[in-house]
Amino acid sequence: MSFKIAIASGKGGTGKTTVSVNLFKWIIQHWTEKVQLVDCDVEEPNDHIFLPEYLISKEQEITQLIPKIDLNNCTFCRKCVEWCEFNAIVVIPPAQFAEVNNSLCHSCGACLIACEDNAMIEYLHSIGKANFYTNKSSLGLLEGELKISSSMQTMLIGELKKLANPEAEVIIFDSPPGTSCPVVESVADSDFVILVTEPTPFGLHDLKLTVELIKELKIDFGVIVNKAGLGTDNIYDYLKKEKIELLGKIPFSKEYASKYARGKLSTSNEIFNEQYNLIGEVLKETSKGVN
Amino acid sequence: MNEITVLSGKGGTGKTSITAALAALAKDVVICDSDVDAADLHLILKPEIKEQHIFESSWVAKIHKDNCTLCNVCVDVCRYDAIHEMTNGSLEINPFQCEGCRLCERVCPEETISSSRNSNNFWYVSETRFGSLTHAKMGAGEENSGKLVTQVREAAKNIAKEKNINTVLSDGPPGIGCPVISSLTGTQKVLMVIEPTKSGLHDSMRLLELLGSFNAKVFAVINKFDINLETTNEISLWLKENNIPLLAKLPFDTQMVEAMIHEKTIIEYNPKSKITLLLKDVWEKLNSNN
Repeated sequence: MSFKIAIASGKGGTGKTTVSVNLFKWIIQHWTEKVQLVDCDVEEPNDHIFLPEYLISKEQEITQLIPKIDLNNCTFCRKCVEWCEFNAIVVIPPAQFAEVNNSLCHSCGACLIACEDNAMIEYLHSIGKANFYTNKSSLGLLEGELKISSSMQTMLIGELKKLANPEAEVIIFDSPPGTSCPVVESVADSDFVILVTEPTPFGLHDLKLTVELIKELKIDFGVIVNKAGLGTDNIYDYLKKEKIELLGKIPFSKEYASKYARGKLSTSNEIFNEQYNLIGEVLKETSKGVN
Repeated sequence: MNEITVLSGKGGTGKTSITAALAALAKDVVICDSDVDAADLHLILKPEIKEQHIFESSWVAKIHKDNCTLCNVCVDVCRYDAIHEMTNGSLEINPFQCEGCRLCERVCPEETISSSRNSNNFWYVSETRFGSLTHAKMGAGEENSGKLVTQVREAAKNIAKEKNINTVLSDGPPGIGCPVISSLTGTQKVLMVIEPTKSGLHDSMRLLELLGSFNAKVFAVINKFDINLETTNEISLWLKENNIPLLAKLPFDTQMVEAMIHEKTIIEYNPKSKITLLLKDVWEKLNSNN
């Protein structure tokens, strides 16, 4: 069984990607090479930018099943329309018109069971890709890439996670920002969630929303404060009051921000290394309790 | 009417701080927070709520165990793997995995599954020191944020019509998925806020590709441009190639964070700051390019 860690944040731009990639590298060095990083931020996947030594070895198309109406069999009874909760089907009997709107369809399959005339045929419709990036040192990076103009990001994340390497001892899921369904899909079934925040009012506000969500999902979690020193101490008061584990504090540094900008991560800074050592050891301990 | 939507692709590039500042500069505007998923604009605008509305979210199914015969028909039809056998042998639906298609409810031979809608999503009409604001609060882990985006935008446009206001200024969600698509349909202008990082550029490229299928006129600002001049140049060139006017290069300035901590826009916090002056120019250009 793999130990699954999800990295989430609520607010965007707090440093999920940085933390994911740094932890991934820490785990390879100090824990196990059987680790895989899965980029679930399928709308804007960025992990690969920070892992230039990993190259794409395979791309796999991810599809959803979308029904098409066979007008030769359709009797325009409208039962499929009644069963479709997503208003994705239009049937106009006098005009002998029947069509499925691809962008509204959730592929639930209700219309197929509703139809008594064998007029629903499903076909595969691309919603994006899974990209496998490999390098000898680990089990690699698995990246989801949403097809532009598709709104099926949640489904893509679900399919992507099924492709994770079952041999992995540790899997890191880098989640999208926010608190809605794509985040739930990314963090669900993980053993531990790391919430990355920044000590600003926006950071704190969105952290509270995300904590509420993770508590509802009943998953253990801890918080990393990134860009520490930039805002106020309110965030630490909140963590203390709520008895939430502070896993680490990564200081704000303009030098670091500038390195990040060029697609590089800092590994030479001692404070950073020390923080990742602390965080990594906590995760290692936590994994023992799980397996 | 003129709707201006602020977007970025990548999160955390400064959309909300910039939207709030532009709202402070606008004379006559209705403001809309279409980032319903992690809404932050209200932290600066301090709205006084005038109307609260419940937003009907999608359905969630529930099995009533007493009549359940464990026939598993529901499990077989559910394509979201939302129905699980519990350790005590009973079947249960995970509300977070349920998409609300109600298929299980329709096929259950015992008619022992029913669905209900969550009512923990709200949208509001408020007044702020800069004008009316429409915004929302989503329950954690909710589906349908795209529909809620459409709802707050419709409400903002209706207020603008009623009050005869010409401009709606909308703070958009990050990403390029369903909520962003909902924030774009029918908007006239998009302001992209780009940070000069490899990720910022990569994400803006994907956003621009999405924008290609909409009719909005696109503008850009580079935020914190001096964090990396090389990438700033790369972005400027890319914008030029794509005929997107670059309205300003905003410098990195911790006053942006200080203003946020004081629940103010940069315009109010320091009316003489470089960023204030640059944003005045941005707002003017956004409105003159009709």
